[in-house]
Amino acid sequence: MPEIEIDGQLVQAPEGATIMEVAEQLGVYIPHFCYHKKLSIAANCRMCLVQVEKAAKPVPACATPATNGMKVFTHSSLAVKAQQGVMEFLLINHPLDCPICDQGGECQLQDLAVGYGAGASHYQEEKRVVFHKDAGSLISMQEMSRCIHCTRCVRFGQEIAGVMEFGMANRTMHSEIVTFLGRSVDSELSGNMIDLCPVGALTSKPFRFAARSWELSRLPSISLHDSVGANLTVQARNHRVMRVLPRENEAVNECWISDRDRFSYEGLNSPERLTKPMIRVDGQLREVEWSVALDYAAHGLRDIVARHGADEIAALAAPWSTLEEMHLLQKVVRGLGSGNVDFRPRRYDYAPSGVPAGARWLGMRIAELNELDTALVVGSFVRKDIPLFAQRLRQAAKHNGTRVTLISLGNDDPLMAMHEHVVVAPSELPAALARVVKAAALQCRVPVPAGLEAIVPDIPSEAIATSLRVRGRSMIFLGRVAVQHPHAVQIHVLAQHLSDITGANLGFFGDSGNIVGGYLSGALPSARNARTMFTDPRRAYVMLGIEPELDCHNPQLTLAALRQADLRIVLSPFISEAMREYADVLLPVAPFTETSGTFVNAEGRVQSFKGVVRPLGEARPAWKVLRVLGNLLNLDGFDQESSEEVRDAVLPPETLIDGEFASGLDNGIKLPIDPAALVSAKGVFERVADVPIYFSDPLVRRAPALQKTRDAAPPTARMSARTLAEAGLVAGAPVRLRQESIAGSGEAVLTAALDDGVPDGCVRVSAAHPATAALGDMFGTIQVEPV
Amino acid sequence: MAVLGSINPILTAGLDGDRTWRLADYVSRGGYKSLRRIFADNLTPGDVIAEVKKSVLRGRGGAGFPTGLKWSFMPRALPGEKYLICNSDEGEPGTFKDRDLLSGNPHAVIEGMVIAAYAMGATRGYNYIHGEIWSLYERFEEALAEARAAGFVGQNILGSDFSFELFAHHGYGAYICGEETALLESIEGKKGQPRFKPPFPASFGLYGQPTTINNTETLASVPFILSMGGDAFLEAGKANNGGPKLFSVSGHVNRPGNYEVPMGTPFSTLLEMAGGVRGGRKLKAVIPGGSSAPVVPADLMMECTMDYDSIAKAGSMLGSGAVIVMDETTCMVRALERLSYFYYEESCGQCTPCREGTGWLYKIIHRIENGQGVPEDLETLQRLTGNIMGRTICALGDAASMPVQSFLKHFRDEFQYHIEHRQCLVPVDVQRAGSTFFTASA
Amino acid sequence: MLTPESLARIDREIAKYPVGQQQSAVMAALAIAQEAHGWLSPELIEEVAVYLGMPPVAALEVATFYNMYDLKPVGRYKLTVCTNLPCMLSGGVDALEYLQKKLGIGLDETTPDGRITLKQGECMGACGDAPVVLVNNRRMCASMTPAEIDRLLAELD
Ligand SMILES: Cc1cc2nc3c(=O)[nH]c(=O)nc-3n(C[C@H](O)[C@H](O)[C@H](O)COP(=O)(O)O)c2cc1C
Ligand code: SF4
Ligand code: FES
Repeated sequence: MPEIEIDGQLVQAPEGATIMEVAEQLGVYIPHFCYHKKLSIAANCRMCLVQVEKAAKPVPACATPATNGMKVFTHSSLAVKAQQGVMEFLLINHPLDCPICDQGGECQLQDLAVGYGAGASHYQEEKRVVFHKDAGSLISMQEMSRCIHCTRCVRFGQEIAGVMEFGMANRTMHSEIVTFLGRSVDSELSGNMIDLCPVGALTSKPFRFAARSWELSRLPSISLHDSVGANLTVQARNHRVMRVLPRENEAVNECWISDRDRFSYEGLNSPERLTKPMIRVDGQLREVEWSVALDYAAHGLRDIVARHGADEIAALAAPWSTLEEMHLLQKVVRGLGSGNVDFRPRRYDYAPSGVPAGARWLGMRIAELNELDTALVVGSFVRKDIPLFAQRLRQAAKHNGTRVTLISLGNDDPLMAMHEHVVVAPSELPAALARVVKAAALQCRVPVPAGLEAIVPDIPSEAIATSLRVRGRSMIFLGRVAVQHPHAVQIHVLAQHLSDITGANLGFFGDSGNIVGGYLSGALPSARNARTMFTDPRRAYVMLGIEPELDCHNPQLTLAALRQADLRIVLSPFISEAMREYADVLLPVAPFTETSGTFVNAEGRVQSFKGVVRPLGEARPAWKVLRVLGNLLNLDGFDQESSEEVRDAVLPPETLIDGEFASGLDNGIKLPIDPAALVSAKGVFERVADVPIYFSDPLVRRAPALQKTRDAAPPTARMSARTLAEAGLVAGAPVRLRQESIAGSGEAVLTAALDDGVPDGCVRVSAAHPATAALGDMFGTIQVEPV
Repeated sequence: MAVLGSINPILTAGLDGDRTWRLADYVSRGGYKSLRRIFADNLTPGDVIAEVKKSVLRGRGGAGFPTGLKWSFMPRALPGEKYLICNSDEGEPGTFKDRDLLSGNPHAVIEGMVIAAYAMGATRGYNYIHGEIWSLYERFEEALAEARAAGFVGQNILGSDFSFELFAHHGYGAYICGEETALLESIEGKKGQPRFKPPFPASFGLYGQPTTINNTETLASVPFILSMGGDAFLEAGKANNGGPKLFSVSGHVNRPGNYEVPMGTPFSTLLEMAGGVRGGRKLKAVIPGGSSAPVVPADLMMECTMDYDSIAKAGSMLGSGAVIVMDETTCMVRALERLSYFYYEESCGQCTPCREGTGWLYKIIHRIENGQGVPEDLETLQRLTGNIMGRTICALGDAASMPVQSFLKHFRDEFQYHIEHRQCLVPVDVQRAGSTFFTASA
Repeated sequence: MLTPESLARIDREIAKYPVGQQQSAVMAALAIAQEAHGWLSPELIEEVAVYLGMPPVAALEVATFYNMYDLKPVGRYKLTVCTNLPCMLSGGVDALEYLQKKLGIGLDETTPDGRITLKQGECMGACGDAPVVLVNNRRMCASMTPAEIDRLLAELD
């Protein structure tokens, strides 16, 4: 290890480290703009010039390797003079409009200009003017004259987001950041470029001019949108959330968050926020006092129990509810004597009763994603399902040579080097995995699991099996599609076999924010699950935090069940049109920013947070509402003083691993392989449903800026050219889609679109959107006809 | 062929007529003998490098770095592709020698490249040719085809187990691509923005593989070093300044063009060969090594010999050997204004001091030239060049600064006159007389 | 928009580079596209980018970086005159002014009949032959005098 001296401090530098990295380690600040620890080194801003003994010229600390015996001076007069010289250059063409700049108060340039800039500029010439640009609804490029050409945004696109959307056009001082043809920036990680921009050139469009940074409170929170549990800083003013930023946590989200995490806050103040309790009186929803609404709910429930038995009550929690909320909900339901409770509304297929449903989790720590040698991802639209896992795998593939394989239902580009990418129809997914299992068994010379007799491995499955087997650390991940699939259990069983055979571990990406927390909360059914509670309709439903018509596997079925029920109690931050139609009691509960609670992310990390603003209107934290409800129902065990008390009862601190990870997580399953699951559908069209990133939960659906992005475009019926022809359709024409379920038939009219990435015989129709809410199962048979 | 004169020519010997570029013609001049000799005499790569070291050939691209030493940096034994690049992106104002070598003697460049590749274990090569000399790019491709067909380039060259693939790549109008790492980026299909060094190309070059970049004239010298021997080549020049050199003489001379003379030839001789100062006027100043080199006033220049050491002693650089001659009709402010415009226009825009500084320099000088200068301007110019020099990723920052500093050093009074009198010290009609555009046709 | 001929020429360029490095052919491909279409429209740039499997904005970076690409329509003949110092000393600026007067257009302008566009260039590596005029990026006309320029203009239809 080279030993170097920085400003008189002697330090051992890691092999290959730069002066900047060593200085950072020492806590010595070297001014810089283009350098960013997560990006490649550009060394273009020259702000980090330092003096090195015996070197003729100042050197950029960010790009100069620390070599043995080097003596660095970061604040010598030579260094400071060089830095001041650079600062002068940076400022000559930069508008001096800090007082009106959105970046004011959090601008690296402003901060450094105070330290290194001269009082008055010697620059008498005309300043460069750079025209503003439009990059879509998230990033404002209104003030491009402020750009200092550090190229962080360009490098972020190339290196982290995996797609180069920004480039630096032209040369000389006329270089400017552009998108091709002024197109919008569509990466699901684009907002990070706002953070990376050291000046006020790229700013947040929704936040523009909303507030000055120093007026904002900053409180920590956790994102609910996916199972990463990204750490957030939520900034608020006057009890209104004004902005959400990443809170750095190397082990979880590093310094990034997805655009969904960042811009969903806009939905918090949606006009559809439910701010007063309501009950249905004479067919009309009326605003009432809390006590009235809660009494009504308690009465109604007790009445059902008395007249029809507790088994007529079912409760469904959103998987983005807090651990505490889900726990108390199941406690109410169980207290009443019912076992019909669940938190997995998008799931179709459940392990038969008696088979323990362990708390399904990632199977390892998130940070280990970067260190894998092989990752097989089964059933995931990975980039849009869980952007930060995709980002980690992208880095892993790039820097670590990780072999990433995807078995999926569409050839959506994951923007990373793929070892294999197998695209199949939904009904073929189990068989595709089974081929890998069989190939692995044959390669490993172990007995082929029973049930796979008819399976014949092909070239890709052989390659995938080899990749899992041959070297280093391998993982098999089941993604959103795998757990929402009609044969989810069999897919799990096959993956378990593959894991047993190859030694690769098994993990679940998690299809929602607090899915692991749900397993731990006790909200698992002891009777009907999130599907059977609708296939076998109940008289009373309690819904927590979801919009069943959009968030369930089969909205058609769910709505039919809700419509026939006698009592429908909805705890929700929002009120939707459908709720106005079916809800009997509407209880306004607080979204995550207005309550305390806990999310457990995919790796089992228990992350508690506090409310950052007070609840809007009369909304109340759901855990408190459920506690009162429990009390009104005269149930035992509802005297918690705080959400922490609820949490500690569910996850006693002494059971946590390292004080922060839940214990007892388990992905194991022991069931025989069912050859019936390995038969693909014939002679029918199959639906492929993704859950579009900006429709995945009620909050994000109400975030206006996200709703203006390309990813939020209304769903179409996407088909390959062959499928279009088979269905007698042309792209662009309207198409009628119909799906049957035991609740009847539902249909939707969409536009047919050509997408050769969709497997033949399949129609890709997104779920979670009002336009497709009348349809049935996410992956069932679908009828297609021209209109 | 515009080589207008020579003393003891080597590189340009026998180059008259239109067909000298053809393979047959080159072979009849002794071409490809050196390459044949390598295999006939079983010369090892080490032998070749030793010979080049002996010749004290110094890079003709501008920096004058000893070629043999540079070659020895290549990790020969490392497996995988290694690249050899010929830098024919001649864009330094005043330089047009590589063009004439490519025009009259492309096979010397090819042979030089194959020998260099052999010496360094390079597997693939590219000749990066300045975009504006399109016909020579096409000619080079034709010459390459001839060489390939004759077995001088490609797989198992001359039946040996040495293989080397060679291709031409053209530029498309960017001076900065002459800078070796910008050139590599350009071949990779990107903007020509220089890379920070280290790592140096010898360890991380084209596509991240070990790479050596040499100038056209450097490589064209190689066959002659092998044929005449390193010692003889050194003696064709002067100690520490081996060999002959092509000088591109432009500006106010009667016969602008390329001249091949031994290193160490007096400047006065070269000026005479170029027909002397145009119209017999008085010499005012010379930029002896391409536009980036500091300007040298006439009297100082007349005492110089044309070699790295002598020109350095005069406070300038031999650079690429481009001699820009300015007579008494030249307004030094206007001359510098044009040069500064060039650097401003050609900055790749990447690093702050160059991107912002070159624009600022030009704007100030432009103002002075247009009679709007203020006395503080000269101080500011001085300070800015100090803030650019040595602070940039590549040497373009230095290249933009050195002319400014040297013009101010030697011709400060002209700048001051401009600022004070809002007009030129050299009357406009005198300036006009310097150009032959209208008079030549009369 | 790229013709089969252009594509075939581009393929020949791609073949010069190692497998997987087809982006290296972008400069040549853009030049070929421009030669066939007169100028590089965004659509053309995108087509080249897609053909080479690179992000369109990366191809745009290249197209806007190098001087000889035209991102706006130009006349049938683009005349570029070098005015850099060595040329200026030998009449480069005078030649450009002469052309401007003769054609009645300014720098970067095109004659109303769409025939000629005038550009100022940087060093073309032909300083000894000043003044020089480059026609359509391809043909270098050296040692220009007013008479030579007149002859050249007459020859360009
Ligand atoms: C701004 C700039 C422009 C350059 N232009 C050229 C050029 O046109 N031709 C050239 O051979 N070298 C040029 N060089 C020098 C090259 O970077 C490199 O040093 C040279 O090609 C090495 O070859 P040599 O060792 O044979 O001289 C330039 C350097 C800089 C900084
Ligand atoms: S010195 Fe100029 S040309 Fe060189 S890298 Fe910096 S900006 Fe580019
Ligand atoms: S931070 Fe080092 S040059 Fe920008």
